[in-house]
Amino acid sequence: MNENRWSTGEPRVPWEGAEILYSEIYQIVGDDFEHGGEAAAKIKAILKQFGLDNTVIRRLSIANFEAEMNVIMYAREAEMQLQVLPTAVRVILSDRGEGIPDIAQALQEGYSTATPQMRQRGFGAGLGLPNIKRNTDEFEIISTPGVGTTLRYTIHLQS
Amino acid sequence: MKLSVLAEKLALKPVTAMYDKEISGVYISDMVSDVIANAKPGDLLVTVQIHNNVIAAANLVDIAGIVVTQGKLPSEDVRKMAEKAQIPIFSTDLSRWQVTTMLYEAGVR
Ligand SMILES: Nc1ncnc2c1ncn2[C@@H]1O[C@H](COP(=O)(O)OP(=O)(O)OP(=O)(O)O)[C@@H](O)[C@H]1O
Ligand SMILES: [Mg+2]
Repeated sequence: MNENRWSTGEPRVPWEGAEILYSEIYQIVGDDFEHGGEAAAKIKAILKQFGLDNTVIRRLSIANFEAEMNVIMYAREAEMQLQVLPTAVRVILSDRGEGIPDIAQALQEGYSTATPQMRQRGFGAGLGLPNIKRNTDEFEIISTPGVGTTLRYTIHLQS
Repeated sequence: MKLSVLAEKLALKPVTAMYDKEISGVYISDMVSDVIANAKPGDLLVTVQIHNNVIAAANLVDIAGIVVTQGKLPSEDVRKMAEKAQIPIFSTDLSRWQVTTMLYEAGVR
């Protein structure tokens, strides 16, 4: 299969076998603008209860909102999994959709395939993926055209 | 400066219940990804975009209140959502530019 991969940041915590303190999965449905941002809001509320640093919560909330809206705009459905670890918070978002044929291009500021209707709602600046990159410490995109896209991003916790 | 004081100085029309707060700054934008990344906690957001995804974004980054320009009005659903998040929305017929100059004259710098 024609899988594309891209990643940035120094991996500190292995994806397999890490100690997970808390984990939760949220469903996101394509084209469901009515609920756009709700998964990000639920995650923010949980992280506040955990007493995480406000900057960490803000950075993860920005990344989550962008990732969630991208599923609503460009994919059919997805699961968004939050994991709270002793030294990091991270999200794994796997969607079923058309995938991203050229990840480097999609990451460019200003690149967007948003429709006129999406632009009318203030989307399509081509800033979503750059915002995720800027607000996370590790970020990985794995995408298979015609199948779907997985995003994995991590924010390290300072001790 | 308090939201209530600003609202009075600029003759802004409240379209939700009022949750009075101190605002720390102003952010003016109509692009959602720009707002969520660059508006600071406690900012007043000046925008023409007023739908549920904008309220969600505003709430995620702790925006204090929203001024909708060009006479636009939020739907009932959007108003309810903003009230639940305790983000007051004000409407004005003024343009973003006029609001900007008036905010400056009112002492917001
Ligand atoms: N989950 C996804 N599936 C398929 N394509 C995607 C996905 N996420 C992003 N893309 C593609 O990458 C492009 C850039 O995404 P990005 O989030 O940076 O900008 P945007 O969504 O177009 O605009 P903005 O996020 O500023 O509203 C999108 O226009 C789309 O073509
Ligand atoms: Mg986007």
